[in-house]
Amino acid sequence: MTAVVTEAPKASSMDRMRTFAARRASVLPTLAAIAILIVLLAGAQVEFGNFLTPGNLSALLLDHAYLLVLAVGMTFVIVTGGIDLSVGSVMAFTGILGASMLASGIPVWIVVPVMLAGGAAIGTLIGVLVQYFNVQPFIASLAGLFLGRGLAYVVSLSSIRVENPPILWLQQTRFVMGSWYITPTGIIALIVVAIGAVVMALTRFGRTVYAIGGSEQSARLMGLSVARTKVLVYVISGLCGGLAGLLLTAYSGAGYPRYGIGTELDVIACVVIGGTLLTGGRGYVLGSMVGVFVFATITTIISFMGAEQAWTHIIVGALLLLFIVVQRAIVARSDRQT
Amino acid sequence: MTVDTDVRPLVSMRGITIAFPGVLALDGVDFFLRPGEVHSLMGENGAGKSTLIKALTGVYAIDAGTIEVADEQRDFSSTADAQAAGISTVYQEVNLCANLSVGENVMLGHEPRGLLGIDWNAVHRDAARHLASLGLDLDTRSPLASHSIAIQQLVAISRAMVLDAKVLILDEPTSSLDRGEVDQLFAVIRSLRERGVAILFVSHFLEQVYEISDRITVLRNGALIGEYLVEDLPREALVTAMIGRELDELSALSGAAERTIDRAGTPVLSAEGVGRKGVLEPADLDVFEGEVVGIAGLLGSGRTELVRLLYGADKADAGQISVAGERAKMHAPRHAIDRGIAFSSENRRAEGVVAELSVAENMILGVQAQRGWMRRLSKTEQDAIVAEYMEALGVRPADPTVPIGTLSGGNQQKVLLARWLAMQPRLLILDEPTRGIDVGAKADIQRKVAQLAAEGLSVVFISSELEEVLRITQRLVVLRDRRKIGELDPTEVDLDGLVDYIANAGHTERSATR
Repeated sequence: MTAVVTEAPKASSMDRMRTFAARRASVLPTLAAIAILIVLLAGAQVEFGNFLTPGNLSALLLDHAYLLVLAVGMTFVIVTGGIDLSVGSVMAFTGILGASMLASGIPVWIVVPVMLAGGAAIGTLIGVLVQYFNVQPFIASLAGLFLGRGLAYVVSLSSIRVENPPILWLQQTRFVMGSWYITPTGIIALIVVAIGAVVMALTRFGRTVYAIGGSEQSARLMGLSVARTKVLVYVISGLCGGLAGLLLTAYSGAGYPRYGIGTELDVIACVVIGGTLLTGGRGYVLGSMVGVFVFATITTIISFMGAEQAWTHIIVGALLLLFIVVQRAIVARSDRQT
Repeated sequence: MTVDTDVRPLVSMRGITIAFPGVLALDGVDFFLRPGEVHSLMGENGAGKSTLIKALTGVYAIDAGTIEVADEQRDFSSTADAQAAGISTVYQEVNLCANLSVGENVMLGHEPRGLLGIDWNAVHRDAARHLASLGLDLDTRSPLASHSIAIQQLVAISRAMVLDAKVLILDEPTSSLDRGEVDQLFAVIRSLRERGVAILFVSHFLEQVYEISDRITVLRNGALIGEYLVEDLPREALVTAMIGRELDELSALSGAAERTIDRAGTPVLSAEGVGRKGVLEPADLDVFEGEVVGIAGLLGSGRTELVRLLYGADKADAGQISVAGERAKMHAPRHAIDRGIAFSSENRRAEGVVAELSVAENMILGVQAQRGWMRRLSKTEQDAIVAEYMEALGVRPADPTVPIGTLSGGNQQKVLLARWLAMQPRLLILDEPTRGIDVGAKADIQRKVAQLAAEGLSVVFISSELEEVLRITQRLVVLRDRRKIGELDPTEVDLDGLVDYIANAGHTERSATR
């Protein structure tokens, strides 16, 4: 073999930027999200003067711990090119289920695994529908949404208070560092993000998730375990739904069957703003975390302004639109290179 | 049948039978693949080539017969099984993930892992090593999508080598490569052959088959015709074996080039300085009544881009187009269709057929769109059109109610041709109408084009196969590097002359102006 093909130009210092852009075009949307987050935080600080305080920033994380957990699960699903609309109602169902079990005196070490298993079970159902019955993810997870919400109402029609000490401990304990503080719920959310990021980046399972999003057909022909992976992403999303149910119950001190109505859409918005392509194949768990923080910051700014929370959704909607257009442009550009 | 038995086959497929509802796709076919050989599997579309390959790669389960790999009987139930047995496949449409890096595509599913999970440095190091062993020096961290199809194909082969493939199946690997890229691919194939890999090669390009193969197996209608050494099988014999009839049809068309065209009148289509920045330098083109104008050039020379501008599929930013002497705005396909111009895209699957609809529905689509959706074609009108063209083009199977997706590529192409012809256009633009289809269908399509032109239809014909362009056109427009470099009379130039013109013409003029 003498023919040597050299396609990669040896990076001179001048076009190192270009090499980076070409190699890592997929992080650009996430970088854009970080930029927007910084602009938002800086703008809020300038406007209100007391926005960037440790207490406020800590609350930013802790008030949205459940959203962060849901976003991690959703990232797996969306990167495969799927969607999971069930997460909000799964969270409500596991939350109310847990609260009612605790109220009837079942010990917490049974209740928590049952909550997680309940979420994973609905996820499995959706995954099996998608993979083995060829149901569109939108439809399968819509069925999951109705199922979860229905089951939540079956468990209880009204709110159930949680007075179980270990559950309350999750929210009421504060680990303080100076003026910063974090609760176990926040720590759990951050651990989930870390695990999610590692699994996506450093395991064969995670890479298969990306491969499926790139081309499911190719992934199958490459001998990757497509079926198992596709079911698993919904199981993970369901599991995250169950965990979010636990966090939300701890956060609010109660289970309530009407929690999380429309939350699935917030989660999808966060994930997309964080740079994950809705068509799959590109995205980062850490990007979704940035997306959640953007969402959280907007919510907080709106409440600082004392404006109607409806504005949150208008602004998030506008951002979402902007990001989808930006992503289209980036994808179109990288396609043109071929 | 000449089969030497000195080398023990690595793959022995005996009595392979696969039946689909209503069709016996393979009927007791034997196929043997020996280490260190390039073995071409030949046959028309529908002969059972793809089915045989899919049986060997575990996509289809076999209904009868045995598959032995390295003297061990195998029962494949998935592609992963076949890969585990050392059988890797590189498909026509590159089956890699364009969203991932080159290195990851090579190593996916086989990534070296450390304590913390995948060791990315090792992934890229190993990938670079595998690529280098095929003579490729790529930035393994660059996204696959940033490389040409040819490179992607070589990356796919590298991937097969990672799996330590003993058997490499190349299914139409060259259909979208230009000559230089084919040479590069062949160099890789030869080096793999030297390493003792058994290579199964499928291509519609006879030249390439003869260039690279050691042995040829011919299938026809799901049955084995024979296995031959290349030197024992002259081309005519191969074509005869493949289609089961003497193929004078292609040569019978050779008179088409001599047909004289009256170029005194107003051209049906006249383009002056039509171009688009970054896509095509401004070019002129006239097409007269009854004329078949061929567009020749390498892949990427601007052939498709030119006709897309003429048709309005892409918007030109320079020049003007007249249809029958009248200036016409071509900003959308609608404008072209209204003026009787039809365009059959090279991308049959994405821009041509609607796979789920029936053959009849696909045929009617164009006429119906032209009439507007409010004025539905009656069942009788539809049936008349469908019957006429099924017959005229010899669509197989002759059942217009089956979904078009189940037809072979050649027959799909015939249906598309019918769709445009049913609209009775005055100018028909055919972009690679014969790519990836079998010899018989190719002959049918060429004959139909020649016949229609003789009846007065104007045709713009693009094909990568220069013999074909030379055979059926009356004028040749040659493009290179997104620029029109000249026009040729096909009666005055032979294949070598045309190749030379495509490769060299214009270079001297340009250097003179410098």
